[in-house]
Amino acid sequence: MEDALLEINNISVVYADVIQVLKGVSLQVPNRRIVSLLGSNGAGKTTTLKAVSGLLKPENGRVTDGAILYEGHPLENRSPEQITRLGIIQVLEGRQPFKYLTIEENLRVGTATRWGKPYRKDLELVYHYFPVLWERRKALAGYCSGGELQMLVMGRALMAHPKLLLLDEPSLGLAPLVVEEIFRIIARINGEQQTTIILVEQNARIALEIAHYGYVMENGKIVMEGTSETLKDNPDVKEFYLGGGAGGPGAYQQPKSYRRRKRWL
Amino acid sequence: MDFFIQLLVNGLSVGFLYGLSAMGFVMIFKSSSVLNFAHGELLALGAFVFLSLHAVVQLPIAWAFLATLTGCFVLGFLIERFFLRPLIGEPLIYVIMLTVGLAAMLRGLLLLIWGGNLRTLPDFLPAWMDIQAGWLRIPPVYMAAILVGILFLVLFGLFFKYSAQGIFMRSVADNQRAALSLGVHVRRVFALSWGIAALVAGMSGIILGLMNGISVHDLSAVGLKVFPVVILGGLNSITGAVIGGLIIGVLEAFTGGYLSPSLRDVVPYIALVVLLLVRPYGLFGLVEIERV
Repeated sequence: MEDALLEINNISVVYADVIQVLKGVSLQVPNRRIVSLLGSNGAGKTTTLKAVSGLLKPENGRVTDGAILYEGHPLENRSPEQITRLGIIQVLEGRQPFKYLTIEENLRVGTATRWGKPYRKDLELVYHYFPVLWERRKALAGYCSGGELQMLVMGRALMAHPKLLLLDEPSLGLAPLVVEEIFRIIARINGEQQTTIILVEQNARIALEIAHYGYVMENGKIVMEGTSETLKDNPDVKEFYLGGGAGGPGAYQQPKSYRRRKRWL
Repeated sequence: MDFFIQLLVNGLSVGFLYGLSAMGFVMIFKSSSVLNFAHGELLALGAFVFLSLHAVVQLPIAWAFLATLTGCFVLGFLIERFFLRPLIGEPLIYVIMLTVGLAAMLRGLLLLIWGGNLRTLPDFLPAWMDIQAGWLRIPPVYMAAILVGILFLVLFGLFFKYSAQGIFMRSVADNQRAALSLGVHVRRVFALSWGIAALVAGMSGIILGLMNGISVHDLSAVGLKVFPVVILGGLNSITGAVIGGLIIGVLEAFTGGYLSPSLRDVVPYIALVVLLLVRPYGLFGLVEIERV
C-alpha cells in the first residue's frame, strides 16, 4: 500500500477495565485517501475512531495493547487536546452541535486547536462548501435541520485544518438526497483539501462509492479488507452489507431460502 | 413616592452586587455543572484581602484594588487546579461536597487570620459619586455598586459573545464531548471559569464590605443568597443571574422599608417558591431545545 498516514497495529480496547470491545484491530490509512470502515452495530467502528482521536479516555476506555502510529508518532492513550493539535479531528456520531450557539459561533469553536490565529479565510472556505450554513449563520444551531447540522459539524471540523478527518456515520437519519449531497462534499473535500478521511458508515453502498479502500469489522475484529471495487464485488459483502447478493431479489420468495453462511465465521 | 424611589434605588444597587456574585456562580455551574457552596467565602476573602492590602500594607487604593482582583483570580484558578481537577470524572456529588468542605476551610482560615469582628473599610470613594438630585440621594457606595455592576455586565457580555475564549467556554457548557472532540482545552475552561468567578466574587465582596462593613459571617451569608438569585434567574443564564439579583435586591429593600427589617431575609425565599411554581426553570433558564 502507499505510504500510510495512520497505522493501527493490533490494538485492543477495554472499557471500564472489563469490557473488551476491540480484539486486535489493524488497519492502515494511506495519505490523502478515503478509507471506509463498515460493519453492523456494535462491531467496534466507533471505538476504533475514538481510540485514534483520544476520546476513549472520558468514557473510561483504554487502549490496552497494540500501537497507533500517526506520521510515525505513537498516539495511544494521549489526551484529545494533544491529538487534535496534531491535526486529527473526529466528527462525532449523531451530530452533536452546540445547540445554544449560533452556526457561526459553532464554526469558531472549530478553531480551538489554533486559538488566536485568524479564521476569516476558513469561514469562507466552509461557507463555500456548505452555502446553507452561510444563509443560516445567525441562527441557533438547536433550531436547524438534521441536514444543516451534519454540514455544520463537518464544517466545524474543517475549521481546524484537519489532516486526518474521522467521520462517524455522516448519513445517520438523513434523507437520501441529503445523504448524496453530503457524500459528494466529502469526496470534494478529500480531493481539494487533500484531507485524509476515515469514514465509518452503515450505508455501505454509498460509502464504497466514494472510498478508495475499505475494511469490514465484526465483533471487534477486522474480517475483510480490500479496495472499494473488490469489496463491492465480494459476494459476502453484497449479501450482508449491500443487500441482494447471491440470492438476488426475490430470494425470499423461493420455497426454500437459506442465508449464506459468512465465510469468515 | 420619594421613599419608594429611594428604596428602589437602594434595592437596585444592592441587587447589582447580588447579580454580580451570582454571575460567577452561574459561570462555574454552566461550564462544569458544579454548584459552588464556597461562593460566599470567596466574597469575604476578597473583602479581607483588600482590607489588609489597604490598611496594613498601605497600598494606594487603586493598587490594592487591582492586586486583590488579581489575587482572587489566581486563587480561583488554584482552587480548580488543586481541589477540583483531581475529581474530574468522579460523580458530581463528590465535587459539590468538596466545595462545602472548601467553604468550611476558607471560613475557618478567615476567622483565624482576621477574627470574627465587624471591620470597616476606609471610605475612599470620590465625592462626585455622591449624587444628590432634589430629594433623591444616592450615596457613593450605592453609585459604585451600580457602576461596577453595569461595567462588568457589559464586559462579560462582550467576552462571551465575541471573544474566542468566551465562545469556547460556552461550547463546553453546551456539549462537553463535542468541545473535547474539537480540541477545546476543557480543563483550562474550568480553571478560567473558577478564576473569573472568584474575581467577580471578590469584587462584590469589596463593595458589599464598603456598604455594610466586613465580617466573615455576614459576607459568607451573602453566598447563600446567591441560591435564590440564581434559581430565580435560571441556573444557566448569566443575564438571568443579574436580573434575579436585581429582583431580590429590590424585594429586600421594599420589605425592609415597608414591612419590617427582620423580614428582609425571608422574602427572597418566598418569592423564589412562588416563582418556581409558575416557571420551574427560572425566569431566564434555558428552555431545553428539543428536536422532535
